[in-house]
Amino acid sequence: MEIIQIVIFSVIATIIIVMLKVHRPEIAVQASLAAGVIIFALVIARLSPILDFIKIYTGKININSQYIPVLIKIIGIAYITEFGAEVCRDAGENSIATKVEMAGKVLITILAVPIITTLLEMIIKIMP
Amino acid sequence: MNIDLIFRIAAVGILISILNAILKQTGREELAMLTTLTGLVLVLVMVAREIVNLFNLIKTMFQF
Repeated sequence: MEIIQIVIFSVIATIIIVMLKVHRPEIAVQASLAAGVIIFALVIARLSPILDFIKIYTGKININSQYIPVLIKIIGIAYITEFGAEVCRDAGENSIATKVEMAGKVLITILAVPIITTLLEMIIKIMP
Repeated sequence: MNIDLIFRIAAVGILISILNAILKQTGREELAMLTTLTGLVLVLVMVAREIVNLFNLIKTMFQF
C-alpha cells in the first residue's frame, strides 16, 4: 500500500540524513528537504479526487461557486507555507520559519477578505 | 518523483567528505574547500529541480 512505501522511504531517508549530518551538515539539510519534497509529491498526487469531490458536491448544493476556488487556493497556500516553515525549522532557523508562517497568514487573510465582506454584509442586512 | 534522489544526494555527500579527508591529508586545504562548494552546488541543483516539479504539481492541483 501507499503508506508502507512512504514510511519505509522516510525511515531510510532519516537514516541517511543522520549519517550525513556528522560529516556534511549542509548537505544533510538539503537531503531532508529532498525527502520532504518527494513525500509531499506522493501525497499531493493522491489529493485530486478529494478536490473534485468538494467541487461536485458544492456545485450540487448551489453555494455560489466563486468561493470554492478561493477555498482550495487557501488550502494550497497553507500546505506550501507549512512545508517551507518546517524545512526552515528543521535546519534550526526558527526565526525564518515564523516569518514564513506570518507571510502565509497574511496571504490567506488577503484571499479571505472578499468572503468576509459578503458575510458581514449579510449580517448587516439581517440586523434590525 | 523518483525515489533515488535521496540516494544520489547521500552518495555525493559521502564522496565529498572522503575527498575532503584525502585532500586535508595531502595538505591542500583550499582544494578541500572547493570540492565542498562544488558538492553543495551539485546537491542544490538536484534538489531545486525536484522542488520545481513539486510546485508545478501544486500549482496545477490547487489552480493557483
